[in-house]
Amino acid sequence: MANAIVEIKDLSFGYKGRLLHQGINMTFPRGKVVAIMGGSGSGKTTLLRLIGGQLKPSKGSVLVDGEVVHTQNRDGIYRLRRKMGMLFQQGALFTDLSVYENVAFPMREHTDLTESMIRDLVLMKLNAVGLRGAHALMPTELSGGMARRVSLARAIALDPSIIMYDEPFAGLDPISMAVICDLIRSLNDALGATSIIVTHDVEETFQFADYIYFVANGVVAAEGTPDDLRQSSLPFVHQFVYGEKDGPVPFHYAAPDYQHSLLRGAR
Amino acid sequence: MHKIKRMLSRLGAGFVNKVWRLGAGARLFWLTLISSGESFRRFRLTVREVYFTGVMSLIIILVSAFFVGMVLALQGYQTLQKYGSSEAIGVLVALALVRELGPVVTALLFAGRAGTAITAEIGLMKATEQLSAMEMMAVSPIARVIAPRFWAGVIAMPILATLFSMVGILGGYLVAVPLIGVDAGAFWSQMQANVDWRHDILNGVFKSVVFGVACTMIALFEGYDAPPTAEGVSRATTRTVVTSSLAVLGLDFILTSFMISV
Amino acid sequence: MDRTTIDLWVGIFVALGLAALLGLAMKVGNLTTSSIGETYYVTANFENIGGLKPRAPVKSAGVVVGRVGEISFDPKTYEAVVSLNIDKRYGFPQDTFANIYTAGLLGEQYIGLEAGGDEQPLKNGDKITQTQDAVVLEKLISQFLYSKATESDDQPEKKSASTETDADSLDASPLDKISHK
Repeated sequence: MANAIVEIKDLSFGYKGRLLHQGINMTFPRGKVVAIMGGSGSGKTTLLRLIGGQLKPSKGSVLVDGEVVHTQNRDGIYRLRRKMGMLFQQGALFTDLSVYENVAFPMREHTDLTESMIRDLVLMKLNAVGLRGAHALMPTELSGGMARRVSLARAIALDPSIIMYDEPFAGLDPISMAVICDLIRSLNDALGATSIIVTHDVEETFQFADYIYFVANGVVAAEGTPDDLRQSSLPFVHQFVYGEKDGPVPFHYAAPDYQHSLLRGAR
Repeated sequence: MHKIKRMLSRLGAGFVNKVWRLGAGARLFWLTLISSGESFRRFRLTVREVYFTGVMSLIIILVSAFFVGMVLALQGYQTLQKYGSSEAIGVLVALALVRELGPVVTALLFAGRAGTAITAEIGLMKATEQLSAMEMMAVSPIARVIAPRFWAGVIAMPILATLFSMVGILGGYLVAVPLIGVDAGAFWSQMQANVDWRHDILNGVFKSVVFGVACTMIALFEGYDAPPTAEGVSRATTRTVVTSSLAVLGLDFILTSFMISV
Repeated sequence: MDRTTIDLWVGIFVALGLAALLGLAMKVGNLTTSSIGETYYVTANFENIGGLKPRAPVKSAGVVVGRVGEISFDPKTYEAVVSLNIDKRYGFPQDTFANIYTAGLLGEQYIGLEAGGDEQPLKNGDKITQTQDAVVLEKLISQFLYSKATESDDQPEKKSASTETDADSLDASPLDKISHK
């Protein structure tokens, strides 16, 4: 697909012989908001690291803007990363820098802009996330939701064409969640970027995502638009979307027979 | 039999792990050296770290030096007096400080004060994904975070050790001259006659530079290698102190034997 | 913390370090004492310099007048060649006597100059011809042991013959015998 900015082709990845992904194929078209969903531990965050080139796939490849990521040398990977912005789960703000300096950080590292231009840009980015007034604060003085928004401002500091979100809603109150939801959609459309969101929050994601991939057991279990998936008759998708306790994803981690274990003494 | 086998295999695994860490540490050292350009081009980054490692360690270094110097003078006087050469007290204090105690005690205090702070900071930066975030922003954490701290440590250590020696000698002077009543002229002139600029003072400074490289690199590696958990960071901090201390004492022996033989 | 405050502190820190190094150099080390004043150099040959080291003091009448410079070995005469850097303010006659002394019983060794009566002063590059070697402790001891052995060889039958003479031999202390030799 020529219109895709990120493509994952037949990707396998694993640690120490245990395969986390087994032949995953995904396409992320330009300008869209695409969500990757799945249970905890299904390797969603790992997918983001593979796209960012922090990990190398065991098999298959990831293409960003038509270039294979894992065969690049360090400079090549850094060149590709400058097209990406990433929002980490806990914000990952630099605790020794102020909010202002955090947002200015990528500009100072990668551009030769004058101090006054950086100032204007930083305040613009902070304004976009509604935190222009907080520019002098230190990261430790921010609430979780505010830290996430500052981190978002930092991620879009260099106007990336791909914005990746790692669990953007984890641990947020409903108001902050709604704010972040709104920001993801509006920033995506304003910047003309592509957003990749890794999450397990069904409710919020279904409201604004254009396309959704479900990952389970190392493969893409289901994909489609939110409406498609709501109608889906696949038992796994049904369990996930409606949050049922037991189903294809069992409540119990694989274990020997319960009665047997109790009688013999667990080993 | 089974127990012995298990013990041996654990011992072997522990040894392999140590060797592995040595290799990983050496690799980080190499990467730090080759990505050091930025810490000099943007020297402000390094200056900032000199503040945190050097200036913040001043108080503990100076106070310790003062007491070490005073104790040296007291103890030295007790012994020298028996041989009727109490004027040599200045020589004893100066040589002990400049050659050995200055660099070594400074390095040990540095490992406890600045080394642990570096390890904890890097470990937490890793645990809170700050290093990952930096990498994703196409900024090398080794060039931006590790290298400036490394050079700051290498710059700060000899300065601290020199100050330690100087303040220690002043402490020794205060005990020997006003307190015990050794002649001030003899105190200084004997010292000057027997302390050599190159063989004693410059060799001491050289030692402290080597200790600066070792202590800072160990602290940085432990932090960089720490598992990203609270327990992992706390263990890494402890290891920093233990490994740095052993490294300093071992290196001191090696360096001293080289300096004496040459 | 403000950037400029950090810069200021680091500046103070580095300045303190340099000051301490300067202090060590001037007040503690012998960097200054060696370079003070201008010097001229003379050489002196010794058969044995013992433990004399470069930079050892050169004294006359107990006053430091210079320092030992290079020490080398002359393969023709099998002697040690010691160069002495002497302060220009102090002139010495041509027939000055150079001795190697030891400060205290086990202290460091230094060179003592004893002025002669010649009217011509020593000039840069001159050679002191009259020297006395270092006293080597091992030599002294072996000399003593040797003399002791020859002595007991001289009078073996006397010793074994009667024990009364023991009192006599106790009277003559070993040191006396050395001085008599």
